[in-house]
Amino acid sequence: MKRSAAVPRNARNALSAVGRSASEGSPPTPLLSVRGLSVRFRMRGGRHIAAVADADFDLAPGECLALVGESGCGKSVLASALLGLLPGNAQTAGSALLGDVDLLTADERTLARTVRGRRIGLVPQSPAAHLTPVRTVGAQLAETLRALTGTRKQDLDAAARAAAERAAFPVDHLDRYPHELSGGLAQRAATALALVGEAPLLLADEPTTGLDRDLVDRTVDELRRHVDEGHALLVITHDLAAAERVADRVAVMYAGRIVELADAACFFGTPGPRHPYARGLLNALPERAFTPIPGMPPELGDLPPGCAFAARCPYATDACAVRPAFTDGVACHHPPAEEPARA
Amino acid sequence: MLELDAITAGYERGAPVVRDAHLTVAAGEAVGLLGPSGCGKSTLARVAALLHRPDAGTVTLDGSRVTGWRHRAPRAQRTAIGVVFQQPRLSADPRLSLRDLIAEPLRATGRRDEAAARVRELSRTTGLGDDLLGRRPHEVSDGQLQRACLARALVLRPRWLVCDEMTAMLDASTTAALVAVVEAYRRESGAGLLAVGHDRVLLERWCDRTLRWDEVAAA
Repeated sequence: MKRSAAVPRNARNALSAVGRSASEGSPPTPLLSVRGLSVRFRMRGGRHIAAVADADFDLAPGECLALVGESGCGKSVLASALLGLLPGNAQTAGSALLGDVDLLTADERTLARTVRGRRIGLVPQSPAAHLTPVRTVGAQLAETLRALTGTRKQDLDAAARAAAERAAFPVDHLDRYPHELSGGLAQRAATALALVGEAPLLLADEPTTGLDRDLVDRTVDELRRHVDEGHALLVITHDLAAAERVADRVAVMYAGRIVELADAACFFGTPGPRHPYARGLLNALPERAFTPIPGMPPELGDLPPGCAFAARCPYATDACAVRPAFTDGVACHHPPAEEPARA
Repeated sequence: MLELDAITAGYERGAPVVRDAHLTVAAGEAVGLLGPSGCGKSTLARVAALLHRPDAGTVTLDGSRVTGWRHRAPRAQRTAIGVVFQQPRLSADPRLSLRDLIAEPLRATGRRDEAAARVRELSRTTGLGDDLLGRRPHEVSDGQLQRACLARALVLRPRWLVCDEMTAMLDASTTAALVAVVEAYRRESGAGLLAVGHDRVLLERWCDRTLRWDEVAAA
């Protein structure tokens, strides 16, 4: 089953690559279009922490973009910005268009009544913490259905069962409380809640943290199924194996910036990643070289003026004292000479 | 040798989560223990780290049988084992700076005067800068905090290390870095290692031998 799920995806990747080169300049209308998204936090003493800087990406229906990077690089802040859930001391710039709504400037009323749950479904990082501990899964599904779809009381039971089935949550577990569920079932319950509002965009923030490998595979395969049904999925993760399994495209984030945006097949296969940080990240995997990137990421409140990765980069030269522009899918002064095969 | 023999352990009477587990780690050996979530492998790791008293079975540490767990374990046995847990946030006192966090085992065993030098040395090997040492857990990332937790586990120079899902929360580069720190310490000190986890690729790369849960304990 797992293999067969992968085949049509690769086939579709090939098709979309063909489509891209054939109809250059007229890509499919993106569902979500993020341009120059920046988030900074105002701290005491007038300091600023630049958590996200100049993020640009599009996401189309039926497509999965994986945002990868190490902890503290700004991935989750980006997700919070899209949901309008940033704390009060955050300042944003740029735009994030979901249809005609700019998620960064929309007021709380619009976000609460038309966006969260209805146009963006959130698959949370820790499902056990996301669910209300004192109510059963069935009760929470029913409440969400009532709030988002206005299902009438006499139909709620059947609708809750249908919603559970869509996320492969066993119907006979609907009367259980969250603490009575295993990690995998809690994850499915949370996914079922995220799917209730028929939101075209799903946002999964570290959906596999703390799960074991089999559960990770099952969880991302289920997310992939929802993508294949036409949802757009932005998955935020530090688990590269999960990203490889689920994503069509990969965005690598380092110190608040997207430093590489690439086709997943090219990124994980040949020719491989182009940014030195992305190459280092893949080489750290135990199935590859298992060598860490030297040093640690810089503090977001104290970023160097040039390339933030230069201090850890084996290819760094004087040119890296200037911040590299993001061109042709990579933000680096010294990307490898060979061009990716898809051109 | 760290020997666990016929261990049965759990949290409720009559409902053990580990049944009849057998596991031996030779001096200087690295053993990986693989199992799915919820199989009881963390409980067995806690027994091996003298943090959870088993209902039945014996633990033998370097030839002497363990008779007390947690605070009842004699200091010589307790300090022979360093432990790193999965979730650094839950295993770090939020009130301590990383410097104090790493030094705490030395203070607790009356070796306060060694603290400054040892913390300096360990912060270098684990890659924690001076600036980071002065911060408290909420001011650092998971990866940085886990580096400090590993330094704390090494501060007493244990002969045994128990790493319970040490890298499950971490990205690939931090994982590789922390494993490299553990291996450097083991090369220098000859310490044995029990690494518990669910990532087969990681454990097989890291350890001398890797055991599946069904090879260790009864179903």
